[in-house]
Amino acid sequence: METPRLQTHNLSLVRNGRPVLHDVNITIQPAEIVCLIGPSGGGKSSLLRCLNRLTEPPPNTVFINGKEMTTMDVIALRQQVGMVFQSPALFSGNVADNVGYGAMLRKRPLSPAAIIDLLKMADLPADYAHRPITELSGGEAQRVGLARALANKPQTLLLDEPTSALDPDSRLHIRQTISKLRRELGLTILWVTHHIDEMHEIIDRVIVLENGQVNG
Amino acid sequence: MTIPPEALFRIVAAFVLVLAAALVSRWQTLDLEKQIITASVRAFLQLIAIGYALTFVFEADNPFAILLILAIMTTIAGYTAGQRGDGVRHSGYVALAAISFGSILTLGSLVLFGIFNFTAQQIIPIAGMVIGNSMNVCSLVMGRVRDEVNGRSGEIEAALALGANGRQAARPHLRAALHSGMTPIVDSTKTVGLIQLPGAMTGMILAGISPLEAVQLQIIVMYMLIGAASFTGLATVWLSYRQFFTPHHQLLLGESK
Repeated sequence: METPRLQTHNLSLVRNGRPVLHDVNITIQPAEIVCLIGPSGGGKSSLLRCLNRLTEPPPNTVFINGKEMTTMDVIALRQQVGMVFQSPALFSGNVADNVGYGAMLRKRPLSPAAIIDLLKMADLPADYAHRPITELSGGEAQRVGLARALANKPQTLLLDEPTSALDPDSRLHIRQTISKLRRELGLTILWVTHHIDEMHEIIDRVIVLENGQVNG
Repeated sequence: MTIPPEALFRIVAAFVLVLAAALVSRWQTLDLEKQIITASVRAFLQLIAIGYALTFVFEADNPFAILLILAIMTTIAGYTAGQRGDGVRHSGYVALAAISFGSILTLGSLVLFGIFNFTAQQIIPIAGMVIGNSMNVCSLVMGRVRDEVNGRSGEIEAALALGANGRQAARPHLRAALHSGMTPIVDSTKTVGLIQLPGAMTGMILAGISPLEAVQLQIIVMYMLIGAASFTGLATVWLSYRQFFTPHHQLLLGESK
């Protein structure tokens, strides 16, 4: 059997004295698209943050490709497990500055051609590279956020309601892009959304998180 | 040595202005009269006490006594700036370390370059200006670092999620914080003499020193304060942003302090 891409083992988390996750056990295989749903405050974002280690999980509770997360180098882990947030939180500058951010951190700047490839992957026109981020629509900004995460060549993408602020057309567009990325790059996707009714055609499974626990 | 009666009379006469301010406060129901009176009486007592203490130290002129006074001044400045750093973990230590760094570097350079002698009469008043200025810069910068990190948490976490370390993620926002700490002293240096005469220079002129002599010292003071502001500002930024990150480059928010 293949090593799961992501796995949690009795993951529990307490924040500010309040239990947020309780004995969460999930397993996600490579190239799966899994939807994470549940009421607000149910622990979805907390789970995603643990998987990218923006929040510290207890030891021996999260495994990436079979490796215990807290023994891994956190920077390398975050490049391997990318995350796209509800608000794209783009950095000031233009689209290319954002897409090239991860590479710039590693002091290996991306070529203009590589930036254009990433924009294409996120279904953005090549001439957007030099567009200031202040001139982007919500959907475009979210695509730049996606291209920025893809630039790290992650194996897994955690999507925290990336389409919640978008109109139906933009949401469809992003869904198609994600579906294509899984097909072409074999990306594993864990997607938090409130629009589960729109997701059926592209997802493999649904995980319901309620009161910090997995249901069904 | 005691205060001569005529000097005491001048102080009491000037106190009329404080009473006037208290009356304005009462009349306009600003509810500040108690604070105005308390602050003024406190200032009187503090300054008289420091006057006697300085007279004693100047006469003794003992390097250890000077160092002790500098340490007390720095500790009080660190405590005061630390109080302003609400929301920054270990703000008192951050402030104390940053102010000490800026002040030691500035005062050390002044003594090393032979601009001032390490005598109580020269070092203590100069240290008062350097430490006081460093304290203001530290408060401003620490508050601004906190506001920037809180206000830009989305961008900071996005950067962390892309593999940035805490320093890389916070860096674009720290520049703004340092800028805010440096701006007041840069602005006052630009306009010095045009809008108001600085305190030290005013004091010297009132004491009968010629204006040309007074400006010589004032120029040194302004340069020294710019240096102290930049050293303290840098140290404050460097020490305070770290309080918002864990060793695993996770942003701490709402959990600070």
